Amino acid sequence: MSGNENGAPQAEVDTATAAYVLRLGDDALIASQRLAELAARGPQLEEDVALANIALDLLGQARVLLDYAGRLEEQLTGVLRTEDDLAFLRDERQFCNARLVELPNTDFAHTVARQLLFSGYALELYTALQGSADETVAGVAGKAVKEVAYHRDHAARWAVRLGDGTEESSERMAAALEACWPYTGELFTPDEVTRTVAAAGVGADPAGLRPGWDAFIDGVLAEAGLHRPETAQITGPAGLGGRQGVHTEHLGYLLAEMQHIHRSHPGATW
Amino acid sequence: MTDWPLWEVFVRARRGLSHVHVGSLHAADAEHALRNARDLYTRRQEGVSVWVVPAERITASAPEDRGSFYDPAEDKVYRHPTFYPVPDGVEHL
Repeated sequence: MSGNENGAPQAEVDTATAAYVLRLGDDALIASQRLAELAARGPQLEEDVALANIALDLLGQARVLLDYAGRLEEQLTGVLRTEDDLAFLRDERQFCNARLVELPNTDFAHTVARQLLFSGYALELYTALQGSADETVAGVAGKAVKEVAYHRDHAARWAVRLGDGTEESSERMAAALEACWPYTGELFTPDEVTRTVAAAGVGADPAGLRPGWDAFIDGVLAEAGLHRPETAQITGPAGLGGRQGVHTEHLGYLLAEMQHIHRSHPGATW
Repeated sequence: MTDWPLWEVFVRARRGLSHVHVGSLHAADAEHALRNARDLYTRRQEGVSVWVVPAERITASAPEDRGSFYDPAEDKVYRHPTFYPVPDGVEHL
C-alpha cells in the first residue's frame, strides 16, 4: 500500500481498506446465498447445477475476502473476527453489501436480471482490481475475473433468451429489470471509503466502472429487445444505502435463514 | 421446458486424448448446450474441450443387430497384425 498519492495518513488508508474488503466480501456472500436458495429448486435440472456453480464461485470469493477483512480489522482493533464470525454473527445493519444482491428470486427472470446487473459490475470491478496495490486484493481479483466473466455470460445469454423469447418471457424479463434497476446506482456511488482506497491504489473508483458496465448492459438489452428502465434510483433515509448498512426488507429474512444454524449451535463442526 | 431437445456431450480430458462421450443433457440451442455441458460435466476439472451434438443427429446401431454386425469379425484373426510372423532380417518393425 505504497501508492498513497493523496497523502492520507496510513491509518486512514488501512481503515478504509478493511471497510472496502468487507464490502467486497459482503457483496459476494449475499449474492451467493441468494443463488443458493435455488439449489434443488431451479427451473430445470441443468440450470439448477449452473446456478449452484455460480453460487459456489461467489462463496469462494466471499470466504477469502471476509477472512482478509477480518485480519485487516484485527490489525486496527487487536480483535480477530474470523470469516464465520463475520458471516454468521453480524446483524443486518452491520452488513455493507449493495442492496442489489439481496433482492429476492421472485421468478427466474428476476434472478437473471439481478445476476446480469451484478455480474456486469463485478467483471468491471475485478478487472480493475487486478492492478491493486494490495497483493491479496489483486490475487482475489485475478481468480475472480475469470469466474465473473462466466457469470456475466450466463446471465446475458438468459436475458437475451427471455427478452427475445415469448411474449410472457419478454414481459417478465422487462418487469425484473425494472425491479432491479433502482438498486444499480449504489454500485457506482463513490464515498469516503472508495475515495481513500482509490487514491491509495488499493481499490477502484466505482464511478470509473460505470462506462464499461453501461456499454455492456446496453448491448445485451439491445440484443434482447429490451429497454433501459426509467425507474428512479431508490435510496434509504438520508440518502443512505447498503454500504452504510441500510438495507431492503429482504436482507433480514435472508440472514435469518443463513445464520440460524450457526447461532443455534455455536462452535458446531461437521 | 421439457420440450428442450436432448444433446450428447463429449469431453476431452487433456491434450492428445480423444473426446469421450460422458453423458447427455437438455438445452434450447447449441450455445446453451455447450454451457450446460461445461456446468454439468467439467466441474471437477474433467476436461479442456467439450463437444455437444444433437442426440437426434446420431445414428446408432441397434442391439438386435449385434449378431450380424459384430459376430462375423470373431473368426478373422488374420486382421490382427500379431497374426503374422515377422521374418528374420526385416528392419524398422
